[in-house]
Amino acid sequence: MAERVDSDHSARLEMQGVCKRFGATIALDEVGIRVSSGEVLALVGENGAGKSTLMKVLSGAIKADKGLMWLDGVSYRPANPLEARRAGVAMIYQELSLTPHLSVQENIMLGMEPATLGVVRWKEVRRRAVDAVREFDNPELRPDAQVSTLSVGSQQLVEIARALAIGCRVLVLDEPTSSLTQQDVDRLFEIIGRLKKQGKAIVYISHFIEEVKRVADRVTVLRDGRVVGTSEIQAISTDQIVAMMVGRQVDELYPRSSRRAGEVVLEIEDLAGAEKPICASLELHRGEVLGIGGLVGAGRTELLRSLFGLAPVRSGKIRLGVYTGPASPVRRWLQGAGLLSEDRKAEGLALSLSVAENITLSKLSGFGPLGVVLPGRQDRAAYRWIEKLGIRCRGPRQPVQSLSGGNQQRVALARLLQHDVDVFLLDEPTRGIDVAAKALIYRLIDDLATGSPAEGRKPKAVLIVSSYLPELMGVCDRVAVMCRGRLGPMHRVEEVDEHKLMLEATGQEVRS
Amino acid sequence: MTSEQIESITSERTPLKAWLQGSSIKLVMALVGIFFFFVVAIGIQHGVKTRAANQRILAELAEEGVPEAERAKDSRLEDAWLNGWFASNRFLGRRNLETIARQTTIVGMAALGMTLVIISGGIDLSVGSVVALSTVVIAWLLQDGGLGPLTAALGGVAAAAFFGFLSGVLITRLRVVPFIVTLGMMLVVRGAAKGIGREQKINVEVDRLRWLDELLASVPKGHWMLVPIGVWLLLVLAIGVALMLRYTRLGRHIFAIGSNEETARLCGVGVERVKVIVFALGGLFAGLGGLMQFSRLTVGDPTVAVGLELDVIAAVVIGGGSLAGGEGSILGSIVGALIMTVIASGCTQMGLPNWVQEIITGVIIVVAVALDRLRHRRAD
Repeated sequence: MAERVDSDHSARLEMQGVCKRFGATIALDEVGIRVSSGEVLALVGENGAGKSTLMKVLSGAIKADKGLMWLDGVSYRPANPLEARRAGVAMIYQELSLTPHLSVQENIMLGMEPATLGVVRWKEVRRRAVDAVREFDNPELRPDAQVSTLSVGSQQLVEIARALAIGCRVLVLDEPTSSLTQQDVDRLFEIIGRLKKQGKAIVYISHFIEEVKRVADRVTVLRDGRVVGTSEIQAISTDQIVAMMVGRQVDELYPRSSRRAGEVVLEIEDLAGAEKPICASLELHRGEVLGIGGLVGAGRTELLRSLFGLAPVRSGKIRLGVYTGPASPVRRWLQGAGLLSEDRKAEGLALSLSVAENITLSKLSGFGPLGVVLPGRQDRAAYRWIEKLGIRCRGPRQPVQSLSGGNQQRVALARLLQHDVDVFLLDEPTRGIDVAAKALIYRLIDDLATGSPAEGRKPKAVLIVSSYLPELMGVCDRVAVMCRGRLGPMHRVEEVDEHKLMLEATGQEVRS
Repeated sequence: MTSEQIESITSERTPLKAWLQGSSIKLVMALVGIFFFFVVAIGIQHGVKTRAANQRILAELAEEGVPEAERAKDSRLEDAWLNGWFASNRFLGRRNLETIARQTTIVGMAALGMTLVIISGGIDLSVGSVVALSTVVIAWLLQDGGLGPLTAALGGVAAAAFFGFLSGVLITRLRVVPFIVTLGMMLVVRGAAKGIGREQKINVEVDRLRWLDELLASVPKGHWMLVPIGVWLLLVLAIGVALMLRYTRLGRHIFAIGSNEETARLCGVGVERVKVIVFALGGLFAGLGGLMQFSRLTVGDPTVAVGLELDVIAAVVIGGGSLAGGEGSILGSIVGALIMTVIASGCTQMGLPNWVQEIITGVIIVVAVALDRLRHRRAD
């Protein structure tokens, strides 16, 4: 097929020379993208590369300092998100933007309810909502079902249906799979395929390169507010994409020093919680990194939470160091264990508090006499980790909510380090963070498990829960997968492959 | 898609069925339950009292040496069953029901507005002050302004609506949360009311009142109206607001804003405009509550209805309103207000002191909301 000429702006969506500056930082520098009708363009880049700023410009949430946009060859300048939607540019955000108390049909038609003298014509609302969801073939999406009762995957479909109902021409999906089950991901990709056939132009933003390879036609890589390159998806390898994103070759994403497993520090036997886990046994040694994989909903998070006293333990034995039996989170911290929550925003961090407050939250002693907390000493402790982990912030007194995801995660991890725990329980430690932060966390985990006799640091024990198998294979010594509440057998990573683990995770019989 | 699935999608859930599954019906049942609890309790209490009195009389007679056969014929003896029955009937009777309806009207009227405010995710702490202000303005317009009753009433309600509107404007323009703005407004409006009244009650000459004191006046037995005009007004307005919430764009947008404000804005809902309307309506209904208050006491009293907003909020919350927004219903709020009046009335007739009533009402509020949360958790 002949390539269309750039200058006639005949693509469905074209952005050209977009610049945006926030104070001293240049968020976007002469950025241009093009998406044709019936095409999926993947937009990748680390956090802070400018993806979300670009999409905010596209959706009218912010105004670019410079730059032009065209929709189907017609100049497009939205003053606000509403105008953008009316023009046919719809965004599906990472955090779902639905009104949970209202029904599916009301969410789909929200803001454009057909009405006579202010009275809504419900028959028409219903008809149009049914039309919009028919395509999805999902029995959960009854028009009068309350949205809060739906699964996350179905809720996302409601958002997409809303975009379709307003007749969108360009659909932007921002990290759409981050909280979906594999089944929902497959269903979403199938729907993206259908939308492509209908001639929608789709911009797909993701951290998961594998996903991008699967769903996109072309990929545009952003770094530091600039377009590094655009390529047909078949013409570029995953490694090349990652290299473009980080601006350097990542040869050693998963470092692995020679570790020596020491005594057992955590032992659980036939642990059962309220609903999940049903049965889990494992032994975690000092100087060891142990991974638990599996699908979302398999009960991995519940396992960690039961261990840490955040969820009930129904039966089974737990031994942590010299302590046996279940214990409250307060005791667990005292016993030398720390948990990194999978839900940074809701549980992991006190968002409105500062970096220093968050880092020292679990142990506020030693910052002054008689239990007094001297801010100066607190700051000094925080500075240490800001430096060591490269937390990008204005200082220890900056609220963590204004940090990027990767930096927030560093703060959350710094709390465990500051507390100097022996047993690290890490739940999805790299969820929603950029490659650079991931690499740092992998390095850190390796460093913790190895210890450093020179600095007098003993090796620690690390238990990681992750949905991302390559990560577990890369960073752990031993892995097991959980399936429907049961923890499978431990495998040394050298003796197992992803295929086998995936079979276990999906509950297939493992054929020898 | 199979035809079965299409059918399941397009088959309509009837409103009645939905209502029967909802929480409103349970609330109505709770109201009826509480009511009949008092009917029975009052009956038993009076029966037991009578029996005790009878026994005392019999004992006295025995002491006086009256023969056993004569004692039972003493005229002071009463039938315990019959007495209990009468007491129950009094509580069940038209007069008492009318009293309960009348006593609910002021809180119920203000609760209409508060329901809208709470569904939209806001709160209005200025309601008590606004009620006082509108009584003062009505009295002032009647007495000092020499206006007719209708103009004065409209003036009082308009003043209330204006302050609600002002709260709404401040909340949306200054981007200060409703709690703070209306907390301030509570003092501002109370002060304004005292200023207009020169720190005193404004008494109105009886002949200027005309029909204004009849809004909540007791209706004579056998009259076609059954309950006072004020109660009818509440009923009509409640139905109107409920329909507005369910069937109009404005109503659905109020729910949408309370459920997720950002989404509503993104989808083109005029969030600021709706909020101003909601608070203005909140003021308007508080003003109507003030009109009812005035009608009952026929004075403009700047110190009246202190803390009334808490009763109003309690009514909405008992009725299933969520302070986080997105939930609540008019029927629920009215039933919530009724539950509180029934408890107060029942306790009074059982001779329980005021402090017991207060404790019971407090417990009911917490229990109602706890049960509601439990229902939510089950649904999850």
